[in-house]
This record gives sequence, C-alpha cells and structure tokens, in this order.
Amino acid sequence: MGLMDILLIIIPSTLLWASPLILTALGGIFSERSGVINIGLEGLMVIGAFSAIVFNLSTASVLGNWTPWVALLVAALAGALFSGIHAVASITFRADHTVSGVAINLLAVGVTLFLVKLIYDKGQTDIIQKGFSKIDVPILSDIPFIGPLFFSNTYWTSYFAIAVAIIAWFVVFKTPFGLRLRSTGEHPMAADTMGINVTKMRYIGVLLSGALGGLGGAVYAQSISSDFSHATISGQGFMALAAMIFGKWHPLGAMGAAIFFGFAQSLSIIGNSLPFLENVPNVYLLIAPYILTILALTGFIGRADAPKSIGTHYIKGSR
Amino acid sequence: MSSRMRNILIPIIAVLLGVLVGTIIMIVSGYDAVAGFQALWNGAFGDIYFTGEVVRQVTPYILAGLAVAFAFRTGLFNIGVEGQLIVGWVAAVWVGVSFDLPKIFHLPLAVLAAAVAGALWAFIPGYLKAKFRVHEVIVTIMLNYTALHITNHFIRTVLSDGKERSENIATTASLRSPFFEGLTEYSRMHWGIFIAIICAIIMWFILEKTTRGFELRAVGFNEHASQYAGMNVKQNIILSMVISGTFAGLAGAMEGLGTFGYTAIKGGFTGVGFDGIAVALLGANTAIGVVLAAILFGSLKVGALNMPLEAGIPNELVDIIIALIIFFVASSYIIRWFIDRISKKGAK
Repeated sequence: MGLMDILLIIIPSTLLWASPLILTALGGIFSERSGVINIGLEGLMVIGAFSAIVFNLSTASVLGNWTPWVALLVAALAGALFSGIHAVASITFRADHTVSGVAINLLAVGVTLFLVKLIYDKGQTDIIQKGFSKIDVPILSDIPFIGPLFFSNTYWTSYFAIAVAIIAWFVVFKTPFGLRLRSTGEHPMAADTMGINVTKMRYIGVLLSGALGGLGGAVYAQSISSDFSHATISGQGFMALAAMIFGKWHPLGAMGAAIFFGFAQSLSIIGNSLPFLENVPNVYLLIAPYILTILALTGFIGRADAPKSIGTHYIKGSR
Repeated sequence: MSSRMRNILIPIIAVLLGVLVGTIIMIVSGYDAVAGFQALWNGAFGDIYFTGEVVRQVTPYILAGLAVAFAFRTGLFNIGVEGQLIVGWVAAVWVGVSFDLPKIFHLPLAVLAAAVAGALWAFIPGYLKAKFRVHEVIVTIMLNYTALHITNHFIRTVLSDGKERSENIATTASLRSPFFEGLTEYSRMHWGIFIAIICAIIMWFILEKTTRGFELRAVGFNEHASQYAGMNVKQNIILSMVISGTFAGLAGAMEGLGTFGYTAIKGGFTGVGFDGIAVALLGANTAIGVVLAAILFGSLKVGALNMPLEAGIPNELVDIIIALIIFFVASSYIIRWFIDRISKKGAK
C-alpha cells in the first residue's frame, strides 16, 4: 500500500470524525469565552443527535434529500433550547457551572432515552434512510493530487464545519459582538461599566453553545451512527471539550485540535488496515487526545489559559 | 429561620421539586403517575429481594458520594470518581484472580489494591493542581476516558486472552455473603455495606476530629488564608484528592469483589461516579448526608427497574428526576431566596 493510498483513506475519514468535534468545540468556545463553564457539551450533543434522528425518521418521506440539512436546523434549535436550562441555572440562579453541566449531561441522556421509549416503544430508533452520504465535490475533485485527497469520497458536513469555524473566528475576534462576549468572560465588571449587559451576553454565549453542540450531535448521528441509542454519543462531547482547551479557546485552534483528535479517532478504527500501524495497540490512539490535553494544560506544550472570570457569577454591585 | 434549618430544608425541597416535575412528566406523557410511584416503591421495598438489591446499590453510592464530598470540602471538584472507580474495580479483580491465598489475606489485599489504584489515579490531578495550578475538573474528566480505555486494554491483554471479560475472582477474595443472600432471597447484597459505613465514619472523623481535617476544610474555605496561617496548601490539596480517590477505588472494589465478581470490557461508564456527585450534593457533603442521599438514590435506581414491568413507564424517568434534583440543589440560591421571602412574610 503506497503513501497515496493511505492518505486517500485517512484524510476523508479524519474530516468525517472531526466535523462533529469542531462544531461542538466551537460551541464550548462561545459559552466559555462569555464566562460560563460548559461541561454539558456531551449532553447537548445527545439532544442534537436525538432530535435530528427523530426529525429525520419522521419527515424523510416528505423532505427527501433535504432531510438531513433541515434536521441540522432542528437539532440546533433543540440544543439551544436545552442549553437554556444551563443558562438559567448557572447565570440567573447562580448555580455552580460545573454542577449544572453535570446535571445537563445526566438529564439529556434521561430525557432522550425516555422519549425514545415513549415514541418507538423500544431502546433505540430505526436506522435513518436519508443521512449525509459520501460525495465528490464537482470540479474541485478533478484537480490533480489535491482533488482526490481533499475533495473526493468526502462529506459536505466536513466543509460545513470548517466554514463555521472560520465564521466563528471572525465573529469572536473581528466583530464588536465578539469583543463584548470576550470582555464578559475576562472582566465582567469592566464590561458592565462600559454599558455591556453581562447577563445578556452570557445567555447568548450559552445558547450559541447549545445550538452548535446540537449541530455537532446531529452531524455525528446522521453521518456516522445513523440511529439513536444510549451509546450514540459516548464521550464525543468531552473530546470536543478537550479540543476547545487544546485549541486554547480559539476557534481556529480548536478546529485544528478537533481535526487532530479526529485523526486519532479514525486511526484507532481503521489503523488495523494500515501497514505501519497494525502492531500498535489502538489504546494509545484512543487515549492520545486526553493525555495531550492534560499535557497542554500543564504547560508542557504551550500553556492553555482559560478566560479569567470563567466559572464566576457576576452580581451587580458586589466587589 | 436558622441557617441550620435552612440547610436541611433545601435538599428536602429539591427532592420534592424533582419528584413533582417527574410526576408532571409522567402525566404529560400519558402515564398513570400513581401506578408509577407504586411500581417504584414495590421495586425497592415490595419484596425482601428488592430491598437486598437496594442495599447492594447503596454500597457503591455511599463510597462514590464520600469521594466527591471529601474533595468538595477541600474546595476540589473530583469529577474523576468514575475513572478512579474503574481502575479500582480492575485492580481488585486482578488481585482476585491472580493470587492464591487464604481469605484472611486475600480479601483485604484485593480491597487494598482497589484503594491504592483509586488513590494513585486521583494523585495525578491532585499533583497537577498543586504543582502546576491545572484545574482538576478538566484533568479528571480526561483521566476518566483514559482509565476506561486503559482498563479495557488491560482486561483484553492481561486479565484474559483477547476476551471480553475476566475470569471470576477466587472465592477467597469475594465479598459475597451467603448469610445476606439467604436473608434476602438471593439478592446480590454483600459485606461491602459495612466497608461503606466504616468509610463514612472515617470521613466524619478525619474532617471533624483531626487537625489535618481542620486544615483540609480550611483550605476549602480560603486557600490564601490557610497559606498565611502556615498550612501547607499544596500538600493538603494532594492529600485530599488521594483520600477521595481511595474512597472511589473502594467503590470499584464493591462492584468487582461484591456485586459482579469479575470485570468486563466497558463501552461506556458505569454511571456510579457521576451519581456520586448527585449523592454528595444532596448530602451537603457531610458523611451522614451522603449515607442518607445514597439510600434515597439507591432505592430510586433499583425501584426504577420495576417501573417498566409493573406500570409500563420507562425507568429513565428516575434518571430525569435525579438530574433535576441536582439542578435544584445547585440552584439553592433561588430556593434560599424563596424561603427567606416566605419566612419574612410569616413574621409580619
């Protein structure tokens, strides 16, 4: 097997596994840049995956090939709605952000499995018929060398995720809105003094994270798992959290980290068919993202620092 | 209203609110709520077998709850109980299958192995926090998944030849109790419940009756003041995580040596570690509170299994209720505010 053949397998597979991570990690960035810790990303992905699959199953006969895309929209809405609970608890009710995030994760699994049993009377849904499928991008896939590598046998959602990452970078770092969002995460009192509504910005941050987490879950469910059960989302949300930290709370950094983690994930699955990896136990690839994140936090590979006021409650008038 | 009274009221109100919302969910979904709660009760206490199973479930809940609570008292959030539990489980089973010793040495050795494994796994985030100021929440989350994959690999390579599960542990390492089994019509209730209760007493003793416990709590209240008072903050942070991990590892021993008697490859987490967070929060991070909350959640979890059979209601309803209780306890600020308003009105 030549290098080219290996790349032809690895690159599309990496992008496939990376896209849900990219979207969800971006969600984490919006929430945490506004100052609200969000370890509920996993739960938000669960909600997204569930609502996308249910919507897909019930409307595929009407919407045809557009179904998965409309389902993405539905999942984003459902995720945003669900993250509203996290927002109310951790911003208005002054709950500990981490505790609320844990509750979000437990609640998401409970609610979705409860609904699956209520709707379908069994533990998991049927397999969707209209998922995202492999495509060759017209024209671009004809470019020699680059075409087959990056534009063949791939999924639209991979480009979608990368595009969203670039938009998120622009929004967070190049717009007044982004500056305000970041200021409430760094120094809410200073932001308040400048007339920024801290509570509102934080709500927006959390709701955006819900929408993006929902998108991430929906992309995963409709391109990788194709159904919804208790095992559909098992750790991807936490891996997205890791990507966010590894990418130092920067949209493009998180995208890079997510692609790298997607690479590790896809290697752990297809590694056995690659000549130089068949003897490496896949446990190393499975734990690599987590170990690397710990090392990054420790400062061995470029220190990652969280926004300054993350996890605090802003109470007007207190010093 | 006295603050003590309020501290007792808040968990009770949180549980009531959780049950209330759970009832509403049942009614809205078209289920018979009364039949649902009856099934829940019968599933936990309707039969001596079920009650034995409740005790079996309460055992690891107490230990997981103590693990979370102990760290909380030192101002640390140990989300890694799940990972520490898994390594404890596998370590206990490893000792259970690979040694041939009389029971008086074998069982304590297996329990000890679990405790040490959990403690070591928790030492990592404690050390990183003390030395590099890395937030323990993220490290413990990452270590949960690391533990899951490493133990799966260990089970596949060391504990078996590429199989899905280990051998059963030797009877000399087992916590199984023929006495309890006879008493509860062959439920899986085992001796571990005594270990759990003893640990609860130990936690109370360490925190409330020793100088070291005072230091640990002081660090939890105010790190800088403790430092200024001459306490070794870093050492206390590491110690707190290690003790917390010991409890978590023991919770794993309960599963490995008591309930199951083996270990198997896991696709996901056991959930006990995360439920431990709920137990600790509801129990207000005190030893006695943890025991009471563990009894409540253990009964709910075991009773829930009867809900689909007797009332046709998915048992996930209980998971929803538990998650809601966490929300309500965490949002105690708003409950406090309501209590204050109501008691002020009463005073007028």
